[in-house]
Amino acid sequence: MPNKILIPTPLRPFTGKQDAVEVDGATIGELLANLTTKYAGLKPHLYNDQGKLRSFVNVYLNDEDIRYLEKEKTAVKPGDTISIIPSVAGGYTGV
Amino acid sequence: MALTNDEVKRYSRHLIMPEVGVEGQEKLKKGSVLCIGAGGLGSPAALYLAAAGVGTIGIVDFDVVDFSNLQRQVIHGTPDVGRSKLASAKDRLLSLNPHINIETYETALSSKNALDLFKPYDVILDGTDNFPTRYLTNDACVLLGKPNAYGSIFRFEGQASVFAMKDGPCYRCLYPEPPPPGLVPSCAEGGVLGVLPGVIGTIQATEAIKLIMGIGEPLVGRFLIYDALRMKFRELKLKKDPDCPVCGTHPTVTALIDYEQFCGVAPAATEVGVSTASSETETDVKELKRKIDAKEEFFLLDVREPNEYQIGKIPGSTLIPLGEVPQRVNEIPRDREIIVHCKMGGRSAKAAAFLRQQGYTNVKNLKGGILEWIDKVDPSQPKY
Repeated sequence: MPNKILIPTPLRPFTGKQDAVEVDGATIGELLANLTTKYAGLKPHLYNDQGKLRSFVNVYLNDEDIRYLEKEKTAVKPGDTISIIPSVAGGYTGV
Repeated sequence: MALTNDEVKRYSRHLIMPEVGVEGQEKLKKGSVLCIGAGGLGSPAALYLAAAGVGTIGIVDFDVVDFSNLQRQVIHGTPDVGRSKLASAKDRLLSLNPHINIETYETALSSKNALDLFKPYDVILDGTDNFPTRYLTNDACVLLGKPNAYGSIFRFEGQASVFAMKDGPCYRCLYPEPPPPGLVPSCAEGGVLGVLPGVIGTIQATEAIKLIMGIGEPLVGRFLIYDALRMKFRELKLKKDPDCPVCGTHPTVTALIDYEQFCGVAPAATEVGVSTASSETETDVKELKRKIDAKEEFFLLDVREPNEYQIGKIPGSTLIPLGEVPQRVNEIPRDREIIVHCKMGGRSAKAAAFLRQQGYTNVKNLKGGILEWIDKVDPSQPKY
């Protein structure tokens, strides 16, 4: 059964503007792998060149940070909601 | 610090609540908050802090009021455009409440001045709009043991928390490192709903006021996320990271560092995925104008969003928003020069780098984007 992943505003351009997408997977790692296969544009925003989750992107299983669970090996149950929470800054003109 | 008769009259709606009362109001009068920035978040926060009777409000800013600020920075008015934000904010706050003391610091917050600026204040209210100042504010708060009423906004989404309380997490526990410049879109490019900082700044002010009075449950160890479009508040759990470089058990950051360098925005730094600009990779608006006038053959790619395209465009451009470039790459010809532009040159640099990766050999980024085009070539178009 697919789980809901909530997509934050800055990453919505890469999911066809959707604010939530449904993806299959038994663990957070599998879900994110399937997510970035489906929406390839997301990949560089979530993973670095070594394939590790970027440190300014936090992933939550319901209201818990996966860093304090079993990270990407954290098991996902039906009905769990996954949130991607990147750091954002207002009028940052560095881009 | 006793209240005068005028103050009793003014704060009567506070005084009749037992949770505040005379004692709480006197704590507010004795209390102090330093607002970092008098912008989107600082405006509503400072207004409510002043109205509530926080005795000393400090503001750090060095900006000037611009027309594009007024859609959300409610502390400033139309006649203030062109004035310093500090002068404008101070006038407004003192007209709201002449019983309080406003301290202004016309300076950029830096590693050199932050500790001295923060020291006299009870609470620091982080209304910063950039990563170097945010990490600087966080670290200075941790080093001094000052609570940091934090808020951040982007488009329709806001975040708030209270960091650096004893036993509570800090911003670095949440995000140990900043994103490299260029990876996260900015407000100037991403936009922000005007009332959003009103909600988040008011939450920050609420937390500052609660902390000063010592009432209620502070937003510590909790990360509040507000989605204005869905009108939803969510709360995520935050933990103090024992390995946090600044507030962990064995901190490696024990003094303020160079935050521009830490955030990769030092002048020498180059953007992610973008090699150092040269005439091979970059062109300017004058050269573009010459090419258009000479009817040279090239493909002008605009990677902004459709709503930006509606405001203004460079003649002959084709719109493919940055997020759609990977799927629509076959619409971009390979047999001629490609010039990519956006609003200011950030997104187009990313698109140009992507196209080069896809094997395009003649791709140039338009320096300064459409804003520079308007400045130097077509001033009849509105700037946004």
